[in-house]
Amino acid sequence: MATVELKSIRKTYTSEEIIKGVDLSIESKEFVVFVGPSGCGKSTLLRMIAGLEDISSGDLLIDGRRVNDLAPAERGLAMVFQSYALYPHMNVYQNMEFGLKLAKTPEAERREKIMAVARTLQLENYLKHKPGQLSGGQRQRVAIGRAIVRNPKVFLFDEPLSNLDASLRGQMRVELATLHRRLGATTIYVTHDQIEAMTMADKIVVLQKGIVEQVGSPLELYDCPRNLFVAKFIGSPPMNFLPGTVIAASEEQARVRLASGQEIVVVAGGAQGLIGAAVTLGVRPEHVRLGHAVENRGSGQVELVEYLGSAAHLHVRMQDGALLVIQTEGGVRVHADDAVTFSFPAERCHLFNSEGVALHRRSSGRMAA
Amino acid sequence: MAGQRARGKSLVIAAVGWVVAIWIFFPIFWMFLTSFKGEAGAIATPPRLFFVPTLESYHEVFQRANYWRVTFNTLGVSIGATVVALLFSIPAAYAMAFLPGKRTRGTLLWMLSTRMLPPVGVLVPIYLIARNTHLLDTVTGLALVDMFTNMPITVWMLYTFFREIPVPILEAGRMDGANRWQEITRVLLPLATPGIASTALLSMILCWNEAFWSLNLTSSNAAPLAAFIASFSSPEGLFFGKLSAASTLAVAPILAFGWISQKQLVRGLTFGAVK
Repeated sequence: MATVELKSIRKTYTSEEIIKGVDLSIESKEFVVFVGPSGCGKSTLLRMIAGLEDISSGDLLIDGRRVNDLAPAERGLAMVFQSYALYPHMNVYQNMEFGLKLAKTPEAERREKIMAVARTLQLENYLKHKPGQLSGGQRQRVAIGRAIVRNPKVFLFDEPLSNLDASLRGQMRVELATLHRRLGATTIYVTHDQIEAMTMADKIVVLQKGIVEQVGSPLELYDCPRNLFVAKFIGSPPMNFLPGTVIAASEEQARVRLASGQEIVVVAGGAQGLIGAAVTLGVRPEHVRLGHAVENRGSGQVELVEYLGSAAHLHVRMQDGALLVIQTEGGVRVHADDAVTFSFPAERCHLFNSEGVALHRRSSGRMAA
Repeated sequence: MAGQRARGKSLVIAAVGWVVAIWIFFPIFWMFLTSFKGEAGAIATPPRLFFVPTLESYHEVFQRANYWRVTFNTLGVSIGATVVALLFSIPAAYAMAFLPGKRTRGTLLWMLSTRMLPPVGVLVPIYLIARNTHLLDTVTGLALVDMFTNMPITVWMLYTFFREIPVPILEAGRMDGANRWQEITRVLLPLATPGIASTALLSMILCWNEAFWSLNLTSSNAAPLAAFIASFSSPEGLFFGKLSAASTLAVAPILAFGWISQKQLVRGLTFGAVK
């Protein structure tokens, strides 16, 4: 399989810079997900790797070879588009055959490859169907089949599941992950859905406004977001953010006074210089503990309870008016208007300075837990 | 109530539609009738709706002119101009639809603006060019002029059709290894076939009916049907019977053609507007 390397990749349209210098290296067989809000440049970056967009500056290397000036097909990539982009005038077999035909693969070999892929993707009974006669999930499979059959070095996926309904999306997610394990191909996958990113990726690249905000494994991003943007983007429901001021700090800890006057101890390094400075305290809904505690306490009134079955989300209005979401087990006996107390585990809290950059945490909270 | 009103509305629309259709069709109908009346019947006042049909006018028309030859000329001009126009228009429309530059929009409008010019404004230069290149009174010459005058329309139509083709399908072709030529011939053209067919149809009809250049650039050798009709109007005064017979003969093929392909044509001309 293949490695992909991006060196100071930039993209400029007329006068606007869309991709502002991306450096990234993707290992062989890795499943990398580009994630970010719409307009962050993730699709543009993928299309630049594919060769569908020119690279304004920087180098793109596949297997160590510079491919900036190669046509898409010469780069040895295959792409699955969001709209599937099947050839409507060809049946399923012909759709998969097209690339092989252009590559002048002998007919017998073509047939063999297509049949193998059709078996893998359970498309054998649909080979004579036109795309218009297929369901969304089937079309998706054909699009994937068309990519696989060419045996590319790298697979590119551009939001392939966003046109499917929720249940099918979950199913296809599993299928794609399984397929990736079976084929072991280097894969670059673009999505705006952080759940897809978390569940499928070996490595997530979070993008915002053409800049890489953070690169890391799903758990690294979850445990140690580098800044407010990543902290907000990764995790569902999203992290709670509470404004506060640092009142004391040691090498490993900081004491933060929230707007409500409550004092919270946070495991965070390098806060000594920030005494008196405004900071943002971040804590994930699933990390807030319901019930009485000695330290890091807080209290408030429940405004709304969302029961999800396996879990419940409590929307709690704190005394200073800030809204906090707490995730508890599904069987919790709390109702709207109840008063609740809770605590923030010091090692689970995140601290961000006024620029939104996370203060260094001593390894990850996961190891402490 | 609402249903009744809607029904009333559709009745009115249907009635207006019929009135307009009859209004448009009546001259053709009258021409058709007149062609079977013979000269005396053709000028009778008041005009008669019921009469004994005669083929006398047709006989004379066939005797005086070579209908098959002019039809053959017209076919040559129409098909030739259409085919060549498409050969140039398809790549042009492809470039404009998929690789637009800063001046694409302007170029399109400029092309269309040439249609706003009265043809007579360029009669002298075109006549002189045709004469100096020995294309006067040739099928090739007339086809060339028709091709150039229709190209703005064919490019525009194809441009509109191509714009409707989802770009990712073409990109998928590129990812599959198609070069520009293969992308156009194997992916774009099969998808755009209905649009190309409508464009070809319209171009055929425009060439068939074109009269100005036919009359000015051809005489005996390359005269198409338009010149054939005109030849029955002039020197010895008006003979409505023969004129009508000639006109009927001239429009019949294209009318039949249009009738057969009307579904395609309507779809093509309203494409994008209703979709």
